[in-house]
Amino acid sequence: METHFETELDNLKQQLLAMAGHAETAVNRAVEALMQRNRDLALKVRADDDIIDHFEIEIDEMVIHLLTKAPLASHLRLVTVAMKISQNLERIGDEAAKIAKRARDLAQEPPLNITLDLPRMAALALAMVKEALDAFVQYDSSAARAVIPRDKEMDVLHKQVQQILADHMMAHPETIARCLHWIVAAKSLERIADHAKNIAEEVVYLCEAQDIRHPAAQNQNPPPADP
Amino acid sequence: MNPIMTPEEESLSPSRPESKSERPAPTPPASRPAASAGTAAIGAPALTVKNLFVYFGKNAAVKNVSLDIAAKAVTAIIGPSGCGKSTFLRALNRMHDLNPDARVEGEIRLFGEDIYARRIEPVVVRRRIGMVFQKSNPFPTMSIAENVTVGLRLNGVRNKKILAERTERALRMAALWDEVKDRLHAPAISLSGGQQQRLCIARALAVEPEVLLMDEPASALDPLATAKIEELILELKKDYTIVIVTHNMQQAARASDYTAFFYLGELVEFGPTAKIFTSPKQKRTEDYVTGRFG
Repeated sequence: METHFETELDNLKQQLLAMAGHAETAVNRAVEALMQRNRDLALKVRADDDIIDHFEIEIDEMVIHLLTKAPLASHLRLVTVAMKISQNLERIGDEAAKIAKRARDLAQEPPLNITLDLPRMAALALAMVKEALDAFVQYDSSAARAVIPRDKEMDVLHKQVQQILADHMMAHPETIARCLHWIVAAKSLERIADHAKNIAEEVVYLCEAQDIRHPAAQNQNPPPADP
Repeated sequence: MNPIMTPEEESLSPSRPESKSERPAPTPPASRPAASAGTAAIGAPALTVKNLFVYFGKNAAVKNVSLDIAAKAVTAIIGPSGCGKSTFLRALNRMHDLNPDARVEGEIRLFGEDIYARRIEPVVVRRRIGMVFQKSNPFPTMSIAENVTVGLRLNGVRNKKILAERTERALRMAALWDEVKDRLHAPAISLSGGQQQRLCIARALAVEPEVLLMDEPASALDPLATAKIEELILELKKDYTIVIVTHNMQQAARASDYTAFFYLGELVEFGPTAKIFTSPKQKRTEDYVTGRFG
């Protein structure tokens, strides 16, 4: 039979998953607003960012509350990892709001005459978020590890989009303002993939008690006291 | 009319799940004084303590404490050794009556009724406000079942069927039934430490108190047995008001809704447990919970 503490941990997990749902919806809607030039949808994404922010506050409060109960071992890792995941999800929400802002601005301008595969970048970023969160729920370390290298795929896509836009701006300087909006939106999608990777790293820590962040720094001696 | 049942009345009444009809009506809110340091509890409190002093000879071990104990909730009393927490707890069920050197001043009301009023029998108070001690103390010459029913039998309950029902109910409430149902007539001292403590809880619950006082109930137990007691407390609070003295701050954080911090006989701070352990208002509270003294 579950203890009261385990019930509270379950509630924490449920809150995180609910928050993730909102963040994923925000990204989907923001990209749709961008591609469909839908100003109203863009404004809705920006307004709904408050919901995601509220989740972060609530989850952080739950975490502090749980920490007063002195959890140990995997419970301690779960609680601290939950706080970090909520932080990453909140940043994903912010990036979606940024994309929506650019979508709002672009909707007021004539469309650019180029094809940019931002939906493909979005699909990859969201797949990474989903797989990282599934790994969290399933307590599956190898699934979490599998997310991490996909960040390289995103970097490749991002570079391609940047190149297309850079070329276009040089050939058509009158489109620079609009191209910059697209560059920012693409950058936001790349950042969302980074946050998904962060979540995956936290899940590995949760399952294996191993910190796999910043591999280069792991091998170093302690950093110098003075910069 | 004496609202607290005499032993005769109790043994004659049929065993029914809710024997609370004799409880007096609570004091109407209008006559309650303005909120003080210890009245942060919501809803009608089970116990109201006003200006309580407890003296041992000339020494005041508890000084001018006013506190509301919320009904059907857990209130933890924390503080360093010698701060008066156990003395405070024992005032709540008139245990100091047994000490000729002790003197209690001030007012303590159980659902509005003054428990120190002249016409009130201390024994009856202790039936409505039960107590569990740090060192579990099952009666060594009695069996498990006899320990559970001793309070009932002392109050004149003879009917074997009623005794058996109340035994099972109390042992289930204390989360001990499954472990002992096949050996109810085994000696109580054949149980482990944690089981003995739960037996003492069952014994206290058998007389259907309204309030359960626990003085460091788990400090003599190993971590697993402690966790069982804490889990039990969280279940029991659905039906009982619980006051627990503990020196284990994480236990107070895990198991209580409200926490009172005592220091040198005084109530320093009282509030929802979450607040006391994350953002206490008083520096002394902050210093104690972070281990800077005590």
